[in-house]
Amino acid sequence: MSLLSLTNEGADTPYALSHLDALESEAVHIFREVAGEFERPVILFSGGKDSIVMLHLALKAFAPAPLPFSLLHVDTGHNFPEVLAYRDRTVAEHGLRLHVASVQEFIDDGRLRERPDGTRNPLQTVPLLDAIEKNRFDAVFGGGRRDEEKARAKERVFSLRDEFGGWDPRRQRPELWQLYNGRHSPGEHVRVFPLSNWTELDVWQYIGREKIELPGIYYAHEREVFSRAGMWLAPGEWGGPKEGERVETRLVRYRTVGDMSCTGAVDSDAVTIEQVIEEIAASRLTERGATRADDKLSEAAMEDRKREGYF
Amino acid sequence: MNTSTITTAETSATSLLRFATAGSVDDGKSTLVGRLLHDSKSVLADQLEAVEHASRRRGASAPDLALLTDGLRAEREQGITIDVAYRYFATPRRRFILADTPGHVQYTRNMVTGASTAELAVVLVDARNGVVEQTRRHAAVAALLRVPHVVLAVNKMDLVDYAEPVFAAIAEEFTGYAASLGIPEVTAIPISALAGDNVVTASANMDWYGGPTVLEHLETVPVGADPSADPARFPVQYVIRPQTAEHPDYRGYAGQIASGVLRTGDAVTVLPSGRTSTIVGIDALGQAVDVAWAPQSVTLRLADDLDISRGDLIAPGAQAPATTQDVEATVCHLHDRPLRVGDRVLLKHTTRTVKAIVKDIPSRLTLDDLSQHPAPGELGANDIGRVTVRTAEPLALDAYADSRRTGSFLLIDPADGTTRTAGMAGDSFATPTVEDAARPDEGWDF
Repeated sequence: MSLLSLTNEGADTPYALSHLDALESEAVHIFREVAGEFERPVILFSGGKDSIVMLHLALKAFAPAPLPFSLLHVDTGHNFPEVLAYRDRTVAEHGLRLHVASVQEFIDDGRLRERPDGTRNPLQTVPLLDAIEKNRFDAVFGGGRRDEEKARAKERVFSLRDEFGGWDPRRQRPELWQLYNGRHSPGEHVRVFPLSNWTELDVWQYIGREKIELPGIYYAHEREVFSRAGMWLAPGEWGGPKEGERVETRLVRYRTVGDMSCTGAVDSDAVTIEQVIEEIAASRLTERGATRADDKLSEAAMEDRKREGYF
Repeated sequence: MNTSTITTAETSATSLLRFATAGSVDDGKSTLVGRLLHDSKSVLADQLEAVEHASRRRGASAPDLALLTDGLRAEREQGITIDVAYRYFATPRRRFILADTPGHVQYTRNMVTGASTAELAVVLVDARNGVVEQTRRHAAVAALLRVPHVVLAVNKMDLVDYAEPVFAAIAEEFTGYAASLGIPEVTAIPISALAGDNVVTASANMDWYGGPTVLEHLETVPVGADPSADPARFPVQYVIRPQTAEHPDYRGYAGQIASGVLRTGDAVTVLPSGRTSTIVGIDALGQAVDVAWAPQSVTLRLADDLDISRGDLIAPGAQAPATTQDVEATVCHLHDRPLRVGDRVLLKHTTRTVKAIVKDIPSRLTLDDLSQHPAPGELGANDIGRVTVRTAEPLALDAYADSRRTGSFLLIDPADGTTRTAGMAGDSFATPTVEDAARPDEGWDF
């Protein structure tokens, strides 16, 4: 049986939906709710697999009409070139409107300061909130999934953020049935997570089923890397390698795509989607545990960043 | 620790079960959830390592599995679960979404939240204590929310010497109580979450039990009721009009089928206007199909150019619901600010939000003994009661007993947008009978 099988083996009625169809239908419903209730929604698009799947679902939700949302990329200045090329290609192909919020600009004009450890991931929050305020976005789609992290497991599908972009886990609205409450006051906005109920494996199976193209760095390729704190990081202008860190060429791929300074590669020879799925299914590490340095900063790293307005 | 790797078959499970757990503070819910996650390989090495580190820092000798599920700083600091969390795991046979609801803080609204989308609820009981007030509350909430399947997990069987009569007595009492609430069927399973009896693997200590383990039952319980049994309901979410050179005349009504089956050629009525037309096309996310069913998200095209917008409901002409401006419902109040007679609210039903006013609160239910408190005047946080709401515009509302999707609604505060109340239209076991309403308030639930 194929790993991407779409059959409903053992289904109880001829009308059963596969789990991927059920998740797809739910995500589309969420996109359409936002289109129906908000004035100025935007999709956060990083060129990572979750935001690519999110865009794919949004395009399906409104076909054959054009996407009623624009995209927002928070550019850390330390992006993988393959991912930026993918982003620009996608925007051109679908005739989308792209906003870019640049961490580098904020550092250059003094509104942000580079961290001593060189990690720019937490710095994204400031340009993100600035872009939301300037463009008066009232709904901001994120690709966050509840299976990623234990603070995210507490996140609502519609998550109200205050005028500072902050998330208060104690003041969340209860969310019942499929009735999403998007009410907000001027200055507030709502973060919306259509992939809340998807797991990493669901995302990959869906990519396989829908034949969605991804940036090549998600598949095994030879790359120069060096080891820092147990992770393979790619050298670059962001500040690696330091003295004593030895660069070597290895066969690797990425499980997540984020800022180069904190996103690690994993050893892999998976070059097809079937091989990637098999590799993930057998992995003893979570996606973030394997490849994200910033989540290891503290037990509540994600919660703290989310409280400040991170996605 | 189970170090076996997942097989390729495990990545191909195709059906999805949403379920909720309910249990009070010390009945072992975290242990049960921890064991299900752990034994289905949903706890990975780095998560377990983080829990071990955190447990050691706190001076514990063994890893505290509750740290896996308590995701917020305040929860870990206080050692309590504040809020519903959703967890995901898979076996070769099925994918699972678990609504992990806290047992003791604000239990009713949290369980209502978790149960609203659940197809199955696991109610935990401590074998030493048997059916207690909290158990009755959990069963009542499952019944009220019409969760299709209820599992009674009689936990801590190791502490009662795995004695069959203990289990049998609890199962009988619970099943009787559940039947009085209208729960059609209860699956009772004797377990020890700590020792692992009958959670994932069958227990050698209870050879008198011939039923499934908790996981086997979760894997095999039928999901997704047959949509062809229910009348079709299609709340219009969004009108798709490309007006492009390629699609100059396309006009589609986008939405998620709330119940039933829709086919091209079906004669339909649009509510609340009552206008009629015929389905000429169904687009299932880019692909034209002849038939679609709940809960698929699709786009409908109709033969006639009607004035249809978000909030309208499309239903088969012969089975269209009546419309009303007077909604009678059982509600669970969710917010700390009480709901009072005279309150002006917004009512969100499917894709339609209308102004409304709370006309009457005829009764409040005491979940512990299901007694009715007539004319309470207001409902506080976690209270369940009956309300009558008058809406500014007619709604095409079904009874919650007939459709969880088109019979449910929210009451929203128009001033600050907070979600105040969750509503279930029509009668329920919380509907007072004539004698109840006439009986004077004896004050027995204070």
